[in-house]
Amino acid sequence: MPKDLVGIKELSKRDIGQVLDTASSFKDVLRRDIKKVPALRGKTVVNLFFEPSTRTKTSFELAEKRLSTDVLNFSVPTSSVVKGESLFDTIKTIEAYGVDFIVIRHASSGVPHFIAENVNASVINAGDGTNEHPTQALLDAFSIIEKKGTLEGLNVAIVGDIAHSRVAKSNIYLLSKFNARIRLIGPPTLIPCMEDYGVEVFYDMDEGLRGADIVMMLRIQMERQGRSFFPSTQEYFKYWGLDMKRLGLARKDALVMHPGPMNRGIEISSQAADSPQSVILDQVTNGIAVRMAVMYLLTGGEKQ
Amino acid sequence: MPEMAKELLGKKDIERILSRIAHEIIEKNKGTEDLCLIGIQRGGVHIARRLSQKIRAIENAEIPVGSLDISLYRDDLGMRKEHPVVRKTDIPCDVTDKRVVLVDDVIFTGRSIRAAMDALMDFGRPAQIQLAVLIDRGHRELPIRPDYTGKNIPTSGVESIEVQFEEDGMEDKVLIQAMG
Repeated sequence: MPKDLVGIKELSKRDIGQVLDTASSFKDVLRRDIKKVPALRGKTVVNLFFEPSTRTKTSFELAEKRLSTDVLNFSVPTSSVVKGESLFDTIKTIEAYGVDFIVIRHASSGVPHFIAENVNASVINAGDGTNEHPTQALLDAFSIIEKKGTLEGLNVAIVGDIAHSRVAKSNIYLLSKFNARIRLIGPPTLIPCMEDYGVEVFYDMDEGLRGADIVMMLRIQMERQGRSFFPSTQEYFKYWGLDMKRLGLARKDALVMHPGPMNRGIEISSQAADSPQSVILDQVTNGIAVRMAVMYLLTGGEKQ
Repeated sequence: MPEMAKELLGKKDIERILSRIAHEIIEKNKGTEDLCLIGIQRGGVHIARRLSQKIRAIENAEIPVGSLDISLYRDDLGMRKEHPVVRKTDIPCDVTDKRVVLVDDVIFTGRSIRAAMDALMDFGRPAQIQLAVLIDRGHRELPIRPDYTGKNIPTSGVESIEVQFEEDGMEDKVLIQAMG
């Protein structure tokens, strides 16, 4: 493994496979009465969140605590960033505390890469702008493999606001490395150009969903959309929302996924979100195991 | 296999040793009540399974057999070149109040056993933990001594012991060789 996890793009297929295998051992740990192991005792982690996050932050924090690390939380409203400190100085100060891991979320793409080049600690990208969210893609892959046994050859439909979605980007990078067939579905204004990754683009959701093994829904990211990309949320649901009728077009055993938080009634109906085909809550549980695996693998072994 | 490798034990020798240890376990525990065998990944798991078969043949009793991975409890994480692969841990019974026999193929520094005991304690509070090993090669760094030893093989620091198992597609064998 490299020193840092800044993106799926930078990972080899072998590294990804190793994370997924190790995560399955950590999932067993999460089923025990004592869910904590001493593997990273004495290591210190700082969670540096420059953007609001509840799920990812909670998931990382649980993973860190279950590996016996000491955890520092650093969030923007309470930090000296609001007093005008530069990112570089913030990072250098944190490094001087002697931390081993920096988990970073930032609204600007590329910030984790910048930090990784400037510190000795291992940097884990917990989402940077519209670029990548690598641990989400790893946990999605883990959740798919758990149910389907493989990624190879699966028809994966990624639906919604792909342009603003770092989750979609990381998933596209990962799935294309494992030869899944990727379909991007959404309004033309929200689909970026990603032909290099062998994706198929559908503006018509019914057409795109036909025969899909996986239906990966994305959250409409109002906060990243400076302007209107579609007329109204009602109209959005009408054309690109997942309801039971549409889900019926996918394979009978298709899985419904969503990285959360969900906008019920905007991108997904309650029935679809809560249907037996939904693995949305498995994704949450698997997220802890995958993040434990990432941290465990980044600490050990020779750095590349 | 480098030419320096020398066979210390063959299939028959291993078979006889495990039969003896099975008898010793039954004798020391006055039967098989509350007994549980837990093998340390990977070699220990094969030996634990074989011991349980032998105990079944002798006492006509079914002993639960588990496997324990100690990677997450090691004291040398980050010091090793290769990161240990985290293998499966499967503890088939509640270990609380059980007499647990930890099983490993080779005991060396004793650090693996320390890690195994810590890992086991996270699953419950055994009444007793005993230790069975196929080979004791000496060089202990911790005050740990097996209750059942297959064979004592004094080694030098530059020698290594390799135990091969049929379960891994090889012939049952214990080899000693100079480390290259």
